[in-house]
Amino acid sequence: MGIFPFLVVAWIMVAGLYGIVTSRDLIHQIVCLIVVQSSTYVLLLGVGYITGGAAPYFWDIPLHTKAVDPVVQALALTDVVVEAAVTALLLSFAIQAHKRFGTLDPHELAEFKG
Amino acid sequence: MTARQRGWFFAVAAAGLVACLLWAFTGLPGFGHYPGPYGQVILGQAVQQTHATGVVSAINFEYRGFDTVGEEFILFTAAAGMSVVLRMMRGERERQPADEAESRTAAPTSSSIRVVALLLVGPTALIGWWFASHAQTSPSGGFQGGVILASAFILVYLSGEFLTFRRLSPVALVDAVEALGAGGFAGIGVAALVMNLPYLYNYLPLGQFPGAVSSSGTIALISFFVGLEVAAAFVLIVSELLEQTLLRSA
Repeated sequence: MGIFPFLVVAWIMVAGLYGIVTSRDLIHQIVCLIVVQSSTYVLLLGVGYITGGAAPYFWDIPLHTKAVDPVVQALALTDVVVEAAVTALLLSFAIQAHKRFGTLDPHELAEFKG
Repeated sequence: MTARQRGWFFAVAAAGLVACLLWAFTGLPGFGHYPGPYGQVILGQAVQQTHATGVVSAINFEYRGFDTVGEEFILFTAAAGMSVVLRMMRGERERQPADEAESRTAAPTSSSIRVVALLLVGPTALIGWWFASHAQTSPSGGFQGGVILASAFILVYLSGEFLTFRRLSPVALVDAVEALGAGGFAGIGVAALVMNLPYLYNYLPLGQFPGAVSSSGTIALISFFVGLEVAAAFVLIVSELLEQTLLRSA
């Protein structure tokens, strides 16, 4: 088990990067960026896991029960919000690019000058 | 550079990246053996200190509260930035919604989608409200609740009522709610300064624990304001994107 969750992180990240590099459409490229960022959630939650630990909520379990690290969970929450904000902005840039140049293909867009 | 060359270039770079990642991962403590002391210290003290049984919320809105202000303003800035990027350009005007492919006969929204979407609006809004106001007790909080609240509005759009969606969420109102949410969070912090306490200090009565909705002092209040801000930001983002379908260069 030891390293397996981290291998998943590497896999998700490189798969997303491959998508970004080979993409022929800005919207598809943005989705691939989301895939890359998803790897960080797996990394954060994987790093903070403690074998046999409960969720860090002490509503129905006694205080001082062994629990997983709550700090990385809070960081993952931050990560999700930032991703949503970045995605919204990138999508609006894609809309403007399409309005101005009539294409979403990054190869064709590279030929235009703003 | 041709696509083929690009592919080879990426393959070499990705192989290097994977090698470095694997090398780094072997140096990590194995899965399930996180040694970081910070989280354990907080786990040992957070519930007594803040009377919040949700330790993740206690971290977000109390121990790392200052970071979360910044995070909230990232979302605020993104929504504002979208309004700027997607502003009405010179030579664009709004027109009646019409199908782009005129030869295609689009099916009208089916009545089953309409009924289900409209039936879900109430429960979704309720769940969103519950999430936004229970950060202190359960796995929830303003960020999650705000997104769910926003989806209640988007369900109205899904039910084929674009005009109702626009009427329910006039931009001026949504802007005001967003400002209230963002300002409320920052204002709670500033109020502490006025009382000669550190910024975002938890100065409200902590209430009883475990699990009273009124517990945890400022944590619950901040989470609620975050819920307002997130819901408004997402409704704003979605309506900005939807309005793009109405804009055409004249």
